[in-house]
Amino acid sequence: MQLTNRAQQVVQKEMTLAERLYLPAIFAGLSITIKHLFKKKATLKYPEVKREFAPVYRGQHVLKRDAEGRENCTACGLCAVSCPAEAITMDAAERKAGEEHLYREEKYAAKYEINMLRCIYCGLCEEACPKDAIYLTDRIVASEFTRGKFVYGKDVLVEKMDDRIDVSQRKKHYSIVNN
Amino acid sequence: MTLILFKTLLILIIFLISLGIAAYSTYGERKIAAFLQDRIGPDRAGPFGILQPIADGVKMFLKEEIIPNVSNKWLFILGPCIFMVTALMTSAVIPWGLPLEISGVKYNLQVADINIGILYVLGVVSLGVYGIMIGGWASNNKFALLGAIRASSQMISYELAMGMSVIAILLMNDGSLSLNSMVENQGTGKLYGFINISGMNWNVFYQPVAFLIFLICAFAECNRTPFDLAESESELIGGFHTEYSSMKLGLYLFAEYINMFISAAVISCLFFGGYNFPGISYLQEILPANIVSLISVAVLFGKIIFFIFFFMWIRWTIPRFRYDQLMRLGWQWLMPLSIINMLISGAVLIWIRN
Ligand code: SF4
Ligand code: SF4
Repeated sequence: MQLTNRAQQVVQKEMTLAERLYLPAIFAGLSITIKHLFKKKATLKYPEVKREFAPVYRGQHVLKRDAEGRENCTACGLCAVSCPAEAITMDAAERKAGEEHLYREEKYAAKYEINMLRCIYCGLCEEACPKDAIYLTDRIVASEFTRGKFVYGKDVLVEKMDDRIDVSQRKKHYSIVNN
Repeated sequence: MTLILFKTLLILIIFLISLGIAAYSTYGERKIAAFLQDRIGPDRAGPFGILQPIADGVKMFLKEEIIPNVSNKWLFILGPCIFMVTALMTSAVIPWGLPLEISGVKYNLQVADINIGILYVLGVVSLGVYGIMIGGWASNNKFALLGAIRASSQMISYELAMGMSVIAILLMNDGSLSLNSMVENQGTGKLYGFINISGMNWNVFYQPVAFLIFLICAFAECNRTPFDLAESESELIGGFHTEYSSMKLGLYLFAEYINMFISAAVISCLFFGGYNFPGISYLQEILPANIVSLISVAVLFGKIIFFIFFFMWIRWTIPRFRYDQLMRLGWQWLMPLSIINMLISGAVLIWIRN
């Protein structure tokens, strides 16, 4: 099967004198490198200029709340099962009377942890989630001094009410059916 | 102003310029490497990053100084010192420009016009290999030792071809070894005997082969890519300076750039007419002598900077040679080629003069 048309037959013939002198090849190389002197530079001056992320960039996760601020996650565990890196663990709990404004479903995740060092940012968790609860975002996981701090709990993962994260772009790209 | 005072001043200025150029070569190297690779290089310290060498220097000074306790302490310290001293010493015989005239007295812009000029350069350069060898040996580390062995065998092999290629120039210069007379000869006479551009009678037009050999050997002597086998990071973790840290490492790196600066100067003097430039005699007629002298210094520095750029350009273009290839190139190609070149130029000179 031929994938590209760039394949080349390898030949081991004697080099001609011109080739063995190397000088023509060196001049060809020099002219290539000097051309790059005038090319547009690929560098972005980071803190001042930021690279634009793709709308489906897979960075730090977020556990979404719905429009009324209730947590979407129902602790079904599908994300944990689908995770190839086994990065997600959770404890389920039953919603008590009077907690309806906190959790959308009758069952919710009392503890929900993602180990960011295990995660490979594949995005399978967000594809698996039936409740529209977990999404990857364009935020970059911050660096830490200890490994333990990379186990993110609900305090980090759950979306803050005063700092809501827009995932409509991702939804459009993934066309996830919300039930 | 007495001669002694002038020479002392000149030495001081050359010393400072050497250090300055070496410092800014490190900056230039990083910038050129970046540009050739579509990056922008250091740009944080000062505008366009021009304070970067100072930041690097401060960093070097503040780093912890480690002398391995299995090393030979005195030799370990001596290594970088020798390397630095020899690198700086070579600049003594280079004629930097036309003579300056101060209150009626002419002062040569050359520290010492000794009659064995180019021999002195070759001699001092070959002393430089001791700096590397001693440093590599005293470190008591196998990578350092391997790097030192590579460096010394490489430098010794390429010195031969280098010396041979210079002989062709000496023949043209009536056997005089003085760099000053070489540069002066390139400023007088007509190119090929009939093209009349003043100050354009450069040796490179007569001896392109010798120039090529000399250039290649200069790369090898300076331990620059494609011949940087002595410090190939990927094989020897830095080679002879593996165990060095802080300013001793700084001296090694710095001396390398000074070496590069001096080789660029020697190449310009031997083959590209030194401080001569086309139209120099016309300028001498219409401008005061001292101004022409300063222009000639600027021209020489222009040539030097071009060659330093060329060194860097090559470095970011060509990959490293294999060790056997390096030795084959040195002994089987450059050596015979330089001998043949010498014989042919000798024969042609005899034929022309009779
Ligand atoms: S992105 Fe992939 S690896 Fe990371 S938590 Fe989700 S499923 Fe697991
Ligand atoms: S995030 Fe989604 S898939 Fe994971 S437990 Fe919660 S509802 Fe289930």
